[in-house]
Amino acid sequence: MRRNKRFMIPYRARFDKALNPFMSLSLADVEKVARLARLAMTDPELQAARDQLNNIFGLIAEMQAVDTTGIEPMSHAQDVAQRLREDKVTEANQREAFQAIAPQVENGLYLVPQVIE
Amino acid sequence: MQWEIVIGLEVHTQLSTNTKIFSGASTAFGAEPNTQADAVSIALPGVLPVLNKGAVERAIKFGLATGARIAQRSVFARKNYFYPDLPKGYQISQFDLPVVGQGALTIQVEPLSGNAKPYEKTVRITRAHLEEDAGKSVHGNSQGVTGIDLNRAGTPLLEIVSEPDMCSAAEAVAYAKALHTLVRWIGICDGNMQEGSFRCDVNVSVRRPGEPLGTRREIKNLNSFKFMQQAIDYEVQWQIDTIENGGKIHQATVLFNPDTGETRAMRSKEDAHDYRYFPDPDLLPLEISTEWIEQVRGTLPELPQAKQVRYVSELGLSAYDASILTASREIADFFEGSVNSLFSQVRSAINLGAASSAEPYAAKLCANWIIGEVSAQLNRDGLDMTQCPISAQQLGGMIMRVIDGTISNSGAKEVFRTMWAEGGEADVIIEAKGLKQVSDSGAIEALVDEIIAANGDKVAEYRSGKDKLFGFFVGLAMKASKGKANPAQLNDILKKKLAG
Repeated sequence: MRRNKRFMIPYRARFDKALNPFMSLSLADVEKVARLARLAMTDPELQAARDQLNNIFGLIAEMQAVDTTGIEPMSHAQDVAQRLREDKVTEANQREAFQAIAPQVENGLYLVPQVIE
Repeated sequence: MQWEIVIGLEVHTQLSTNTKIFSGASTAFGAEPNTQADAVSIALPGVLPVLNKGAVERAIKFGLATGARIAQRSVFARKNYFYPDLPKGYQISQFDLPVVGQGALTIQVEPLSGNAKPYEKTVRITRAHLEEDAGKSVHGNSQGVTGIDLNRAGTPLLEIVSEPDMCSAAEAVAYAKALHTLVRWIGICDGNMQEGSFRCDVNVSVRRPGEPLGTRREIKNLNSFKFMQQAIDYEVQWQIDTIENGGKIHQATVLFNPDTGETRAMRSKEDAHDYRYFPDPDLLPLEISTEWIEQVRGTLPELPQAKQVRYVSELGLSAYDASILTASREIADFFEGSVNSLFSQVRSAINLGAASSAEPYAAKLCANWIIGEVSAQLNRDGLDMTQCPISAQQLGGMIMRVIDGTISNSGAKEVFRTMWAEGGEADVIIEAKGLKQVSDSGAIEALVDEIIAANGDKVAEYRSGKDKLFGFFVGLAMKASKGKANPAQLNDILKKKLAG
């Protein structure tokens, strides 16, 4: 398969297998991604996710076949630049409103289960 | 066994903006918990980040100050990990397209041991990128819970990554200090290390000369130069001992414990470094125009290194003095203020419009006073340069009176002490305290004549070769004049008269 060098940005490396149509995600790959995303998945769910993801990667493989020589890679679907904000304080303190919907607060702090370093 | 030390630094500088990098919430330090944590900072669903122009401008400044290329197009990426002080589940950072590319910083290294001489070194800076800070975890609340304060979440950081160019703790500390000076100098960071505005991660490895790089361990979150040096020294020794005892270094993140002086590996989590970076779809590419870069360039002050070169070439100072006087912009401003005031007085005193040979001498006197008395008094009173009770012009005025011979050095010290404690101009203090030197040669001659007449035996001894007695006569003359005789004049007259 033809590979455009300019399109080889580091993000691609994570999905190396996906970009190669002869390889596909294994169950272990899906398990790892699920663990990183803190998703508890049952075996049937893992298998379903693997099949769905492999379908998506199949689509990506098709797109990889397109000759993109000389085309600048895009990092966003819209080809416009970021708008910037002046460095002025615009946000008022809304702690009370935000903490009213928090599960647990104390002395202005959001509380979470104890974190041990 | 010979070992080489290889050190690289990652420094997180908190940018001195009024607001957060992606929202208009205040970044003021010390606010009540979560009162500056707006909807974006706490990651309420549906909010969108909008980039702060002030943060980008500061990154441009840094790039220009280190001779780096500013990326005209850079991209924000998500760094994914879970931690309670990171409510989005990812940190917005930059990955393969950072805003500032490769630059360099020249440093003055003062070796920590032995009589080795200070030397200059250039450290390459790999890159600098914009990112948001996380919140703070507060332990010690109710049993079994951790408190989260998100005031700091979203504070703009510039992470400055160096090449592994440093080969001793002294070099690493010199680099960190030079960087600390620079970011304050160009006004992008307040440099307050206690408040966490300047945090250093140090990558350390050791190898035998000529061998490939060893495995590195990263010492995290050092917030004092002293700890940095201690941590590196300990870590280097630990790595060498481990290898020499047949062990192997494993890549790890370690913490320095100031109480024990030791570094200790943090519990390493599986997958801890699998951040799955990808471009943040909430943010468009950041584009920086050439015009903007040039406009920012116009706001840059003269940089410490340029000043050092100028102080040496134009003012004739030593490289050492020049580096001390440029340790902060405040010190350099004070020095230049007193030198300028002194120069204009020297010029008008000797009726010259332009520089004269008296100027290097005048500059050196200014440098000596600032590095000596002024720094010592500031230290003693726990003040910084901006709080100095004496103005640069006042100091210049006093030094002028040393140069023109109105007061002696010891007289100047008294003027200085009075000025420091009570204020006032040098001329007024000299008058009030009667510190004017006697520069009337007739008066000094009369005084010397009296001393010679009254000490016939000592004069004879001196004339027969006992040169050491000269100091005895100087002492008598100074005492007789109550310390006010112009020392240079007194020396001349004494020598002449004693020679007979």
